[in-house]
Amino acid sequence: MKCVIAGGNVKVLGRAVHSLSRIGDELYLEPTEGGLSLRAVNSSRSAFASFLFAPLFFQLYEPGSTGPDTELFRCKVHMKSFLGIFRSLPSLEKSVGKCLILLKPRASRLVLQLHCKYGVTKTHNLAFQECERLQAVFDTQRCASRLCAPARVLAEAVVHFPLTLAEVTLGTGPGGKIGLRNYVEEEAEPSKTMVTELWLAEDEFQSVAVAPGSHITFCLKEFRGLLSFAEASNLPLTIHFDEPGRPVIFTLDDTVLEVHLVLATLSDLESNSQSPSTNGVSHLPAPSDDFPDDLESYMVAMETSEGGLEGPPSPTFPLRTPRPAKSQPEEKEEEEEEEEGAVPGTPPHKKFRSLFFGSVMTPGRPDPATSQEVLAEDSDGES
Amino acid sequence: MPFSAPPPASGERYALSASLDNARHLSSLLRAVHFQDHATCLATASGLRVTVEDAKCIQANAFIQAEIFQEFSVQEESVMFRISLSVLLDCLTIFGTSSLPGTSTALRMCYRGYGYPLMLFLEEGGVVTVCKINTQEPDELLDFDFCSTKVVNKIILQSEGLREAFAELDMTSEVLQITMSPDKPYFRLSTFGNAGSAHLDYPRDSDLMEAFHCTQTQTNRYKISLLKPSTKALALSCKVSIRTDAQGFLSLQYMIRNEDGQICFVEYYCCPDENISEAEL
Repeated sequence: MKCVIAGGNVKVLGRAVHSLSRIGDELYLEPTEGGLSLRAVNSSRSAFASFLFAPLFFQLYEPGSTGPDTELFRCKVHMKSFLGIFRSLPSLEKSVGKCLILLKPRASRLVLQLHCKYGVTKTHNLAFQECERLQAVFDTQRCASRLCAPARVLAEAVVHFPLTLAEVTLGTGPGGKIGLRNYVEEEAEPSKTMVTELWLAEDEFQSVAVAPGSHITFCLKEFRGLLSFAEASNLPLTIHFDEPGRPVIFTLDDTVLEVHLVLATLSDLESNSQSPSTNGVSHLPAPSDDFPDDLESYMVAMETSEGGLEGPPSPTFPLRTPRPAKSQPEEKEEEEEEEEGAVPGTPPHKKFRSLFFGSVMTPGRPDPATSQEVLAEDSDGES
Repeated sequence: MPFSAPPPASGERYALSASLDNARHLSSLLRAVHFQDHATCLATASGLRVTVEDAKCIQANAFIQAEIFQEFSVQEESVMFRISLSVLLDCLTIFGTSSLPGTSTALRMCYRGYGYPLMLFLEEGGVVTVCKINTQEPDELLDFDFCSTKVVNKIILQSEGLREAFAELDMTSEVLQITMSPDKPYFRLSTFGNAGSAHLDYPRDSDLMEAFHCTQTQTNRYKISLLKPSTKALALSCKVSIRTDAQGFLSLQYMIRNEDGQICFVEYYCCPDENISEAEL
């Protein structure tokens, strides 16, 4: 894969990397025919972000050659190493004219070369690891509610919450207002907790299509990273959400860039609920009521199971659905499939890969026949 | 304003006596070489040289010529002593390090000779501080024997182009590799850290390149921890000259312009890393 980013877009790329660094420790690079995708997932797999840079974003874009049976090469690198190259955004803007990215699988090197002022060239040779496709299963079409606002409105709203605040609840209120409130654990003592709540009028949003009485709780920290990117790019941010427990999807759209941030949300249970793992693979078709009480025991169950869920499935990431043609100017659907939260190095279910490969990033091409069935069956010794 | 210190009781004159209207002319240069606690001071008729060394591999010298001082007199041919550079800097900046425009600390320095402490009289806004810093037997200093005739490769760069590079050096790399060549890549700085390798190339026709005299392709490696302190000198300087000799010894000379526009020099000498140094293409 070879691509060249020129001028102001270098800074955009740098900001995207900064944003992704707030999510996970590894940066996944996936060149496709439809553009270069940079992705990250957090360790608990409850947050997933992807930045897809269309070929037009680049001065030159060559995803590489593929044979009939081979896939485009993809890899992951340490986030720190990649971020280090784009660490100082002001100096990127000031001195970098061009950025060249070369992925040479045979030489085992990922080369990033910055062409700077005064003829100076900075070349970084990064080590990478081959990896499986990192995908999350989500579908914005199936979300009952949708909000779209300029990033600035949301940034100004979020500034009222402390930086250390973990979770925030977004919901609808009387008079069509949209509210934000910090999420307080049930065990917290009312006398020692500060509750901040703010309401935004409908007209602050570019579009509001929400199911009345709906609300979701998600991790604010992970959202902030995307928010600062959105603000800097001056793009409107769209929030797709559904019932509590189902993932919230934040999208940013532009002619050359498509950004998705998928966050798990707290389920609405009587007792303390947790963000279920974002693992889209389960062997039970419906959520069960025996939801484990605390996240820890749930996660332990996740980790110890041999690739399958022992508890109830994650209802957060639904199965894939057909996606509309890419020519739509508004938010595009993107179904991807979350990697099994299994033992690292375990190849994903071959079934999934062969079904999903090639369908995600192909603009304009109709999707291959897909079914709504329980494809998310855990096949690890259990199917 | 400078003021006179009382002469020594016995009537003999000080071995070294100097006064400086603005102590920052001295303190900022000393900071550029402050990577070890102790320094060796050598005063001659031409001025003051402060030397700091580490690991028998690296030596930094700060030169403050006699002309920078309002008064500078050395009795014998030369006067030399070892002193705590940290304490000296603390005293020179005793009135604070932030510089308000128009205010400066005046300095008078006196040294009676071998065995005597270095006396500093500092004054700012009418407040006077007297400091007495003990001196020690001077150490034997390294002699890199680096003279112009032995220089193989030499370039002079505008510091602006290197500052950011040095500040962002991958410190997980043990070495800084410097390649100088009449052919591509001309001048290259490389690191080999945990993230991978990084190379910074400066072409010979770059606007930053003030002079380019490379006769032979040389690649040498230096311990990055030893060279990193030179970033301070680089930050103060407007130009830097980078020279290597046949053995791969490195000389970095920084031209520093002080607040009054006067020129001072700081230089760093460094031995190549024994294990790996070679002249290679």
